[in-house]
Amino acid sequence: MRVQDLTVARAGIAVLEGVSFALAPGAALVLRGPNGIGKTTLLRTLAGLQPALAGKVEVGPEAVAYAAHADGIKTVLSVRENLAFWASAYGGGDVDSALAAMNLQALADRRAANLSAGQKRRLGLARLLVTGRPIWVMDEPTVSLDTASVALFAGILRGHLATGGSALIATHIDLGLEAEVLDLTPYKARAPQMGGRIGAFDEAFE
Amino acid sequence: MSIWEYANPKRFMQTSGVLLPWVTGLALLCLVVGLIWGFFFTPDADKFGSTVKIIYLHVPAAMMAISAWMMMLVTSLIWLIRRHHVSALSAKAAAPVGLTFTVIGLVTGAIWGEPMWGTWWAWDPRLTSFLILALFYLGYLALWEAVEDKDTAADLTSVLCIVGSVFAFLSRYAVLFWNQGLHQGASLSMDKTEHVSDVYWLPLVVCIAGFVLLFVTLVLLRTRTEIRARRLSALLARERLA
Amino acid sequence: MKALLIRDMRLAMRAGGGFGLGLAFFLLVAVIVPLGVGPEQAVLGRIAPGILWVGALLSCLLSLDRIFALDFEDGSLDLLATSPMPLEGVVAVKSAAHWLVTGLPLVVVSPILGLLLNLAPEGYVWLLASLGLGTPALSVIGSFGAALTVGLKRGGLLMSLLVLPLYMPTLIFGAEVVKRGAQGLAVATPLALLAAITAGSLALLPFAAAAAIRVNLR
Repeated sequence: MRVQDLTVARAGIAVLEGVSFALAPGAALVLRGPNGIGKTTLLRTLAGLQPALAGKVEVGPEAVAYAAHADGIKTVLSVRENLAFWASAYGGGDVDSALAAMNLQALADRRAANLSAGQKRRLGLARLLVTGRPIWVMDEPTVSLDTASVALFAGILRGHLATGGSALIATHIDLGLEAEVLDLTPYKARAPQMGGRIGAFDEAFE
Repeated sequence: MSIWEYANPKRFMQTSGVLLPWVTGLALLCLVVGLIWGFFFTPDADKFGSTVKIIYLHVPAAMMAISAWMMMLVTSLIWLIRRHHVSALSAKAAAPVGLTFTVIGLVTGAIWGEPMWGTWWAWDPRLTSFLILALFYLGYLALWEAVEDKDTAADLTSVLCIVGSVFAFLSRYAVLFWNQGLHQGASLSMDKTEHVSDVYWLPLVVCIAGFVLLFVTLVLLRTRTEIRARRLSALLARERLA
Repeated sequence: MKALLIRDMRLAMRAGGGFGLGLAFFLLVAVIVPLGVGPEQAVLGRIAPGILWVGALLSCLLSLDRIFALDFEDGSLDLLATSPMPLEGVVAVKSAAHWLVTGLPLVVVSPILGLLLNLAPEGYVWLLASLGLGTPALSVIGSFGAALTVGLKRGGLLMSLLVLPLYMPTLIFGAEVVKRGAQGLAVATPLALLAAITAGSLALLPFAAAAAIRVNLR
């Protein structure tokens, strides 16, 4: 994945501009920056949910698996049913090994409504394993995980990277990975009077 | 020089600012001349008496009610294809005007219908279609109001306008089918323009021109207001960033 | 795609609302109308086609906001939009699931309600035929309305305002089929027109709905 001079916008207003980085197979990149800087906006743009204002994202077709803040867990379905749906949506990943990897076998037949917040998060992350996609784009993946689960997840990430996958993680926690860190603070979009980008509508008035 | 130059809001503001007083004046002139001519200087009709003179409000309003929706359809398509803000904003500006014309058409129709047919309202195909058109206008306006982000609202209302046009068209024919199924061929409405003679025809043409110009005036005025409002919110957003 | 259909139907059955609620509402309409109109069999028989179609339409409307809103709230819609399934397909499958748990049961129980409303014996076949042909259109038109309002906090009421005008042609032709059928008249024309509306809606509206969802997720 290669990102060049990317400008992303929230509600029509640029929040980050000129973001460039490259993510090689086997590498991980950690995004840092204060709240509201636009980490989620950047990740949603990379996941293809919203268009970029400017710049280029080069990424292979069907390469990205996106894990948002919300896990998209259906509370009336069991843990296994939740995961099996995503597995078949992505063309049939291995549900059992994903459950095992996230230490969820014991809960497999429990309704997701009866899971704790951390258990739900683990189920949400197990979804990444069944997608079979090489690039994981994750928004605060460790929220509500306990230390043991964070370590478990870091182990899975290491395994993913070792098999040629890559990961883009917005997080404040040190996962103990050999990862580059990209601080987004310098890319904060400048106000137009400081030479920053202006929206298409305003451009006409300048 | 192409028509797309006016898609630039600044250019649109300049040109429309110059045009506006002239269009307004012309609209007023046509309306005053047409309505006074129509109301006071045409003879009473044999069968209809003086009630016939309401056509000078009824017919132009009804025509513009449909034309306004057509205009919204075209400008919505332009917005979706070419992303010109002025286009989307003019569709937003036209909707309340179109709704008002629809309501004027319905109300004058009811006022006319009472002496002519002995009822304020009948589920005649034409009346029913107009009522449905008013509902489409209401839905369109409500969607604009409900969505906070302006570009999102423009996109959603444009899609609604296109899909709505297809269904409004279908409703028109469905209603025609539905009523003929009830009372065989007995239609209460008539094609007015074919029935009226030259004495009534000329002032009617002036009135129609007046309503068209009035529509243009109101849409220009409202589009200018929308552009200013957008500009204002853009400036406020910019201030927050700085 | 099949997995999505199964998931949505499972959700509707287990969430214990979606499924039974529409049916109960349909039944209520069929009970309330005679109470309001009076018990004369002749009057009821005459208005039965219209009441049954309006009842089916309103029951359908009742559950529309569940099509996308729940998935939007828990984040599933983001994940579905980034999954390999095309969003148009997601919309089509979700409309199909909605029809299977809402529309189809309405079709099945409609003859019983026809009995309550003294529908003429000749009408029953056409009641089943018109609802069977027309309710898929109600689901897919409804999913378009749901897609337009999916990002809104209180989208339910607005959605009704948007969807009901779009339902009018379907309602007119559907009720006309039953009305004519009950009177022993020819029904081919309205039935063909109803089928045309359903076919056209099924073919085109998923694209419009998917476009609206993309805009709303942006």
